[in-house]
Amino acid sequence: MARFEPVQEVKKRRDAVLRALVDHIPFHAFLGIDFERKGDELTGVLRYAPHVIGNPLIERMHGGGTKAFLESTAIISLSWSLLWDRMENGELDLKKLAAGELPPLPRTINFTTDYLRPGLPRDAYARATIARAGRRYASVQVEAWQDNRAVLFAQSTGHFKMPELA
Amino acid sequence: MALTRDLLNKFTEYSPLCKAMDMRTEEVGAGFARLILPYETKLIGDPVTGVLHGGAISTLLDSTCGVAVMSHPEGEVNTATIDLRIDYMRPARAGFDVTAEAEVYHATRTVAFVRGKAWADDPDKPSAIATGAFVFAWKAP
Repeated sequence: MARFEPVQEVKKRRDAVLRALVDHIPFHAFLGIDFERKGDELTGVLRYAPHVIGNPLIERMHGGGTKAFLESTAIISLSWSLLWDRMENGELDLKKLAAGELPPLPRTINFTTDYLRPGLPRDAYARATIARAGRRYASVQVEAWQDNRAVLFAQSTGHFKMPELA
Repeated sequence: MALTRDLLNKFTEYSPLCKAMDMRTEEVGAGFARLILPYETKLIGDPVTGVLHGGAISTLLDSTCGVAVMSHPEGEVNTATIDLRIDYMRPARAGFDVTAEAEVYHATRTVAFVRGKAWADDPDKPSAIATGAFVFAWKAP
């Protein structure tokens, strides 16, 4: 009977792929975006820092920053799902990834953001749902919240051109 | 410091995120604005091509649309984004500063409808087009 791969090996590989995707995109560090992983589920985290504010007088998050965070969550979640099979079967070259040789990323065709509530000076979280991922195009929805999961402060829907995977 | 109409041409210094991105306000009209986002490596979204992150372009366009709304002579100098859609026509060429223009094409008592575009090297070849609805407070006559 085939033995299961040790769980720590599986986690190490998944975390290495996620780190490579997130850390090699400079904009993530600029805005303060990171990702947390549970199995294949990713949650985008925007750590609050004073520079994400749009209007200092009312201390609300900049709408552009909110949009950027949701778009990042969509792109990373979509890239992650595209890499999943090759990551799990060990085909993916982790050394190349760690050195910053990222696979081609999906390209945003359009992205719409619905601002439901003002963004507060707190951490924000976002999760993407891939409504459809075809060979050429994908449609992705993103929900973002702050203190309460059920109370969204922004939601987005976007279309992406799939990368041609080598 | 409250934002007033005469301070709108300093919006990019006033707004922390615009300032962190080193944006510049180039022109403010009546329901019109032009802002510039300098090309900087910290804003890259694709390390292979060096193209800026879509989110950097979104932030530029959202700011430009916001300033256009606040510059509208019939409204209060205050706004918030209700909805913003961005169509990415082509990547903003790596190494080039990005310019964005936005105009309010219709304003009701409560909503300003705005469109904008952003380009890198050629104004006739926009990288992105924005369409949005913003909070608008009609000034009491």
